[in-house]
Amino acid sequence: MEMPIPNAAIVSRKPALVAKLRAAIGAQGVIDAPEEVKAYECDALAAYRCPPLVAVLPSSTQEVAQVLRICHEMGVPVVPRGAGTSLAGGSLPTADSVILGVARMRDVLEVDYPNRTIKVQTGITNLAVTGEVEGDGFFYAPDPSSQLACAIAGNIAMNSGGAHCLKYGVTTNNLLGVTMVLPDGEIVEIGGAHMDASGLDLLGVICGSEGQLGLVTEATLRILPKPEGARPVLIGFDSNEVAGTCVSDIIKSGLIPVAIEFMDRPCIRATEDFAKAGYPDCEALLIIEVEGSEAEIDDQLARIVKIAKQHNPVEIRESTSAEESARIWLGRKSAFGAMGQLGDYMCLDGTIPVGELPYVLKRIAALASEYGLRVGNVFHAGDGNMHPLILYNANKEGDLEKCEALGADILRLCVDVGGCLTGEHGVGIEKRDLMTHQYTLDDLEAQMNVKDVFDPAWILNPAKVFPLATSASRRGQL
Amino acid sequence: MSILAVSNTTFAQQQDHLAAQIRAGNIVVPRGHGSSQIGLAAGQELNAPDALWDFDPSALTLTVSAGTPRDTIETLLRDQGQCLAFEPPHMQGLLGQSKVGNNAGTIGGMVATNASGPRRVAVGACRDFCLGVAYVDGLGRLIKNGGRVMKNVTGLDLVKLMAGSHGTLGLITEVSLKTQPIPEMTATLTIENLNEVDAVTAMSAALGTPFSVTGAAHVRADRHGAFARTLIRIEGFESSVSYRIEALQNALERFGHSTVEWDQTANADIWRAIRDVDRFHAMTGDVWRVSVKPSDAPKLVEAVQPLDVIYDWGGGRLWLLTQPNTDVRAQMTAGHATLVRASDATKQALGVFHPENALVAKISAGLREKFDPMQKFNRGMMS
Ligand SMILES: Cc1cc2nc3c(=O)[nH]c(=O)nc-3n(C[C@H](O)[C@H](O)[C@H](O)COP(=O)(O)OP(=O)(O)OC[C@H]3O[C@@H](n4cnc5c(N)ncnc54)[C@H](O)[C@@H]3O)c2cc1C
Repeated sequence: MEMPIPNAAIVSRKPALVAKLRAAIGAQGVIDAPEEVKAYECDALAAYRCPPLVAVLPSSTQEVAQVLRICHEMGVPVVPRGAGTSLAGGSLPTADSVILGVARMRDVLEVDYPNRTIKVQTGITNLAVTGEVEGDGFFYAPDPSSQLACAIAGNIAMNSGGAHCLKYGVTTNNLLGVTMVLPDGEIVEIGGAHMDASGLDLLGVICGSEGQLGLVTEATLRILPKPEGARPVLIGFDSNEVAGTCVSDIIKSGLIPVAIEFMDRPCIRATEDFAKAGYPDCEALLIIEVEGSEAEIDDQLARIVKIAKQHNPVEIRESTSAEESARIWLGRKSAFGAMGQLGDYMCLDGTIPVGELPYVLKRIAALASEYGLRVGNVFHAGDGNMHPLILYNANKEGDLEKCEALGADILRLCVDVGGCLTGEHGVGIEKRDLMTHQYTLDDLEAQMNVKDVFDPAWILNPAKVFPLATSASRRGQL
Repeated sequence: MSILAVSNTTFAQQQDHLAAQIRAGNIVVPRGHGSSQIGLAAGQELNAPDALWDFDPSALTLTVSAGTPRDTIETLLRDQGQCLAFEPPHMQGLLGQSKVGNNAGTIGGMVATNASGPRRVAVGACRDFCLGVAYVDGLGRLIKNGGRVMKNVTGLDLVKLMAGSHGTLGLITEVSLKTQPIPEMTATLTIENLNEVDAVTAMSAALGTPFSVTGAAHVRADRHGAFARTLIRIEGFESSVSYRIEALQNALERFGHSTVEWDQTANADIWRAIRDVDRFHAMTGDVWRVSVKPSDAPKLVEAVQPLDVIYDWGGGRLWLLTQPNTDVRAQMTAGHATLVRASDATKQALGVFHPENALVAKISAGLREKFDPMQKFNRGMMS
């Protein structure tokens, strides 16, 4: 993955930059020693690393504003960072950039049950938000698998989803307002505790903007009452096609499961070897979870089983207890770890129309064998959000490049069947250069126009999202 | 399997034609049926391409040209047991327009106004169900954003920006929407005679239960002697609805006796009337649509002293009927108020849309400048 050549003039101004930052927010929040900035050299797309010039960890919105004002004046690129769990290289620094992290800003500012909202500083982790309210019977719905580590900041920037978003939506559907610092240091309030915008829906374009528009320091989130209970059913099929049809039939029936997860044979095998969840030996496996009272769960599971039986399943395992539920989820939850045991892997997240599942799985298998690489699929089937895991060997010369080429082919395939490059992980650097496969130059120009308004100097995360060639002239203005 | 209306070539031709008109034309007012036209704008009217769609019921997705009448789409969906979950209101009654044939609004108009009804409090607004959009911008460029899949974070989300932009950023030509199966059954729990503070407290309590409330509204006593009513809606499979209604009655016991409407037609009527603000159709006065934090609603109503009020979204949405020329915004410190119905002079004087804080206004103006540098679309409507 190509990154722009660091601007030597900026690098040479490091001492002056550090002095100004320290004067503004104190020495504690400014990290410049080479061995210390190394901690910020990558996110979860760990194949790509580059230590930043400086890392800054302010402790308030005001300090964030001061830092941005200094960087803006000195023309230094800024890479916003939450917890650094991005799988797309979203928080990967460049050698001439400042990492601006919100990790020290983790306060809960207000919990409001009557209005079902919580206001937080964005450095707080996703799970801590639910932790704050669950004693009172509430939860924050978007639940990325990384929720123990990832921050609300990154969730907003990536518009993250999770296993439960089939029913509850992704971040954008659960975000009511933000405090954001613009690249020139101005602080802007957008939205609030009320619903929907009066004027243009700026919140809608800020969510998912991958740190391109401003630094989000506070957020008002919607919280929901916890369901009475939840239980899954596991259904095995002897073909991906049939499993795919079963998914469509369930969705069409009016049922709204909280999750419909899909695993294919390579993934089931790996998981069985690793976690011994006792999954059936079959081509495709669905885990479908529903919520409600005991009786409602029984009723919904019965409806699902009835639909599934029309598709000749090889196995149906309905959970009747918390223990059985845990066993059913065990394999799914260990899937990534299990694949990790087999080697290094790259995780894609292209999304496709649900009806294209069988064809896409077949094509992925064919492409994988052409490349001589193994691919396992485990994904959110209810909304067509694929997660092909490509196995490769990082120590083998050329294997990463081969893996990336296969990944690119798979993502193009997703677009070609009417889907998109990324359903929840974001573009970052990973899919940046594939953007022209999904969008025309005019389409990209329209998106870059939005960045032009928020960040005229293009100092925020400038080498991400848009193909480098497309954004070159704008970045040249630095 | 998908249900397809007309070939894509025809649509592409229509879009190209529109783009050419915009490149050549002067000032443009993107227009559907004019059924939710609330702002003031002048210029040459340009209609979005009409009546084309590609509907895939098994994927719950619909791609439709912006000029397609809402009636057409609602029938198409109903035939497949599906609907638009966000319950978009029909505004003609409120705006005093008579219904002539198929003029009940277009899909483009619905998206451009982010039209969302009672179920919004539970499932999200129109913008939350918009998966993709195509539009012609002020330079006559045809731009696409988003797609037709449920989850999509590829690039900046211009879909949300276009939804609710009231035609000020471009002419929407096509949208992809997520649809939803029609719930098997609806029941409405009613508590009579609550004061408005208690009504909002009761609605908050209901929305805070795990029983998946999909509507929470409050209307005042009327001239015909009916008591004030607080309405809570439950939808879903029959067995589930009866269980939840009972659980909800227990949970709300402290607010007094409640009754339950089980008749399906009556339920449809109750919520359609809330959605379309039926109560104000025949009443004179200005109409404001307000978005506030629900617990702030009774205080605001107390301060404004409107002629009448409807609380929807558990109090998060207020429809206020006021004496002409009342400035509701003068009483507000948070949220926003849109002047939906008033004389042109009042709209001119008070402004239809809520004034934005200086920075937001600057950003919005910057976006309009980029999307529509020659100010061809609905000039001055929102700002
Ligand atoms: C094991 C694992 C499982 C995962 N599972 C899921 C999943 O189920 N669903 C899912 O959606 N994702 C998943 N992810 C991806 C990742 O966790 C999410 O993208 C997450 O939201 C990133 O949050 P973060 O705080 O770590 O952000 P970072 O990685 O720090 O940053 C992500 C992006 O946000 C920007 N950013 C950070 N802070 C700010 C700010 N304050 N203002 C503006 N921009 C900012 C950054 O510049 C960057 O572009 C997973 C990752 C891992 C490693």
